[in-house]
Amino acid sequence: LVPWVPVVGLEVHAQISSNSKLFSGSQVHFSAPPNSLVSFFDASLPGTLPVLNRRCVEAAVMTGLALNCRVNKKSLFDRKHYFYADLPAGYQITQQRVPIAVNGSLSYSVCIDNKMSQIVTKTVRIKQIQLEQDSGKSLHDDTRSQTLVDLNRAGVGLMEVVMEPDMCCGEEAAAAVRELQLILQTLGSSQAVMAEGQLRVDANVSVHYPGEPYGVRTEVKNINSLRFLAKAVDYEIQRQIEELENGGTILNETRAFDSKLGCTIPMRDKEGKQDYRFMPEPNLPPLILYDAKSLPANMNHQQVVNIDSIRERLPDLPSVKRAKLVEQYGILPEHSFTLLNEDGLTEFFENVVNQTQMKPKKVIGWILNDLLSYLKQHSLTVKESPVSSFLLADLLSLLEKKQISSTAAKQVLAELWKGEGKTPLDIAKEKKLELIQDQKELEEICQAVIDGRENEVIMVVRE
Amino acid sequence: AVKGTLCFQVSAALREGQITPTELCQRCLSLIRSTKFLNAYITVTEETALKQAEESEERFRRGQPLGVLDGIPVAVKDNFNTAGIETTCASNMLRGYISPYNATVVQKLLDQGAVLVGKTNLDEFAMGSGSTDGVFGPVRNPWSYSRQYKEKSAPKSHSEDRESKWVITGGSSGGSAAAVSSFTCFAALGSDTGGSTRNPAAHCGVVGLKPTYGLISRHGLIPLVNSMDVPGILTRCVDDAAVVLGLLAGHDPKDSTTIQDKFKPFELPNLPDVSKLSIGIPKEYHAPGLSGEILALWSKAADLFKKAGAKVIEVSLPHTRYSIVCYHVLCTAEVASNMARFDGLEYGHRSDTNKSTESMYAATRREGFNAVVRGRILSGNYFLLKQNYERYFVKAQQVRRLIAHDFSKVFGNGVDVLLTPTTLTDAAPYTEFIKEDNRTRSAQDDILTQAANMAGLPAINVPAALSERGLPVGLQFIGRSFQEKQLLTVAKWFEKQVEFPRIQLEEVKRHDHGVLQHQKSASFS
Repeated sequence: LVPWVPVVGLEVHAQISSNSKLFSGSQVHFSAPPNSLVSFFDASLPGTLPVLNRRCVEAAVMTGLALNCRVNKKSLFDRKHYFYADLPAGYQITQQRVPIAVNGSLSYSVCIDNKMSQIVTKTVRIKQIQLEQDSGKSLHDDTRSQTLVDLNRAGVGLMEVVMEPDMCCGEEAAAAVRELQLILQTLGSSQAVMAEGQLRVDANVSVHYPGEPYGVRTEVKNINSLRFLAKAVDYEIQRQIEELENGGTILNETRAFDSKLGCTIPMRDKEGKQDYRFMPEPNLPPLILYDAKSLPANMNHQQVVNIDSIRERLPDLPSVKRAKLVEQYGILPEHSFTLLNEDGLTEFFENVVNQTQMKPKKVIGWILNDLLSYLKQHSLTVKESPVSSFLLADLLSLLEKKQISSTAAKQVLAELWKGEGKTPLDIAKEKKLELIQDQKELEEICQAVIDGRENEVIMVVRE
Repeated sequence: AVKGTLCFQVSAALREGQITPTELCQRCLSLIRSTKFLNAYITVTEETALKQAEESEERFRRGQPLGVLDGIPVAVKDNFNTAGIETTCASNMLRGYISPYNATVVQKLLDQGAVLVGKTNLDEFAMGSGSTDGVFGPVRNPWSYSRQYKEKSAPKSHSEDRESKWVITGGSSGGSAAAVSSFTCFAALGSDTGGSTRNPAAHCGVVGLKPTYGLISRHGLIPLVNSMDVPGILTRCVDDAAVVLGLLAGHDPKDSTTIQDKFKPFELPNLPDVSKLSIGIPKEYHAPGLSGEILALWSKAADLFKKAGAKVIEVSLPHTRYSIVCYHVLCTAEVASNMARFDGLEYGHRSDTNKSTESMYAATRREGFNAVVRGRILSGNYFLLKQNYERYFVKAQQVRRLIAHDFSKVFGNGVDVLLTPTTLTDAAPYTEFIKEDNRTRSAQDDILTQAANMAGLPAINVPAALSERGLPVGLQFIGRSFQEKQLLTVAKWFEKQVEFPRIQLEEVKRHDHGVLQHQKSASFS
């Protein structure tokens, strides 16, 4: 078998979490009535001008610092031109020449052979982060031969994070994006919920023979879940390998992922080989950022963005949080991944630990094996759990005090799931699951069993 | 107190009750009606003007006028957004387009109580130097109908006279210049990208001020070239321009290209003194095609300054000759970009074609834009293509820097203000002007004005004398960045020296009882 080398790079578009849009004051909300969040500027009314939103700049700086980038103290805005119904001005304002942050890295983890116990850390280089406008949405109504345009999203701030082609498969791509998602959510710079379109990924995929230059790449767009991302990338790698092994060639084209069929298909030629006719945006002066050293003494602090003060206010990133959990609670590294991966689970775990005398090393098993599997089975989030941390802590305390057995505890938990408001002790008593500690009582029970079974006893004693 | 300004005199008359804002407004509206043949206005806002005049009158009654401009009729070029009022840019693309907001400069005028009498005519999307290429037809220079011009022109049969010999206003703010020149308003807003305020000011015998780029907000001005456009001010005297400037200048948070520094409105001295100044005469502005009489006028002006004790020296702006071609590249590139939003989807003209979105775009833009606009879009897109970008756009930006540097070098060497002609000749007859296409004319006519836009410098046209044909000729002063006070002081001094004659228009005489025209005495009957 030819050991083809797959090469995967990603362009991730993250919607900035802000009250208003990148260059105008209209609000940012998901699922608002169509065209209800559109300012004159967003609709490209003649004579309107862009005004940069400070919060968006701070979000991009935070993200750049978290990804170990060099934040450019001077960055520029450009116009990227193409005609499309969801782009009212006929151009997008982006940062093509000098983006706000460059040359960073993102570390993520993958399991070897699907075994959670063997985790490997990988790194992907971040080429750049640029600020740019999101476009509106167009809905094609083929039955009436018309296109409906909703401009609510037009002008919302985006951070485009460009990841170099350092990844090799769908799993790595998904893991890298997952880690980025966690980082963005920790920073608060983006809510990064893929289902709501706040995080969108385009994958660049190519394969080549070892020792040869990179092959022709295709771009797979419109991937809106991590699962689909992994599938799309892996499918595309396979498709290209098969194509090449059959003597075919790969076209430098844009493809879409069809989640129902599980394959990539060429996209209708949306833009063709477009020349975007990049031009500097004349209505926005260069964006100047400062740090403690370069900040002039007499400058109004409200008017400037200080990279150093943003750096000081950065929260613990996921990798740091995970390390702290391992150290503090003595859990395994792979446990910390799962805790962070599930929204609210870390908090739940820590609450349980604080309310019970059971050691964290033991608590974690109950969290990850029992609680989490119940949640998954019923498609519930941690927040929706019918079993609160208080109840679970209570149950685990019973177990720790040897008032019930481990098996009994599992039965109690099953009852607790019904959410009928009973305490673990109530349930244990009800179902007579309590462990009997009294010696005399135990003897009486054993004696009762032996009495009336004299024949079996004699057989046992003989053997 | 700001003495000697036309606006001030009228303002005083309003305060003293010699005339009411409503009467003043009605006279201007009536004069607009009887000078309709000038085609200076696209929209006359009679109803709203009278309403504004009434409100102004109420304030005067209470003795609480908002300022010098309260009750004063003004006009605005039709490429400024005016809320609730059609804003067309003289293009089919925006015919019937009612702006939902006021441009910042329009809002500022209204906040001062000014009475908006109408939106003035222009070349389509401000592209042109004649105000002849808009969809509402060309603007006629009021001086075509002046006694001064008629006396000087060869006698012909009476009917031919009026029709065939009328001269252009220059452009692209020709409607605003004609409106001020014919007394239908006291001040007008134009725009200036390559000379579009100064050029028609020169041809119509009015003051045309191009402020420093970044001093006055462009929010609401429909752009031609974002990096060069400025709102322009047209008035009948320099003092009035200073008053209007004072009300419009200053940082606008809605326009990120306006400077943050606080602007201090100024008054011009009554008796300006130019003896301590250094006046530069750039030799490159002795351009091919400059008429003999303008050259003589320029020389005479230089002598005036010398006699007053100013230092007058010849200077060089060596890159002047590259400015036209540089402007052509940068202007068309920005035009191509700025016009991309006109796709018929959100507002403006939309073609009936519904075969596909692309065909709708193409038909809409073909129907909505005239040939001049379409030509510039095509050129601009060509220069912005990836393979051409370095060679044209970047190169032009570099040349632009050289042009700007020419000026800063000269100003850095001690020159305070530059003195140049504004136009190569006096206004051409329309029939002559249209013999060449828009692009050729623009390239010819912009040569003396457009370097100031490249460098972002303030510049002003001051009417200087009448030509042999009895038409106005102006001279231009170019100042240092943000030194409008010095620039206007020099301009005012010069204005006082030349005593430019008042236009003698039949129509105005019939409507005027002395209020509309400048009277030396302050009595109005």
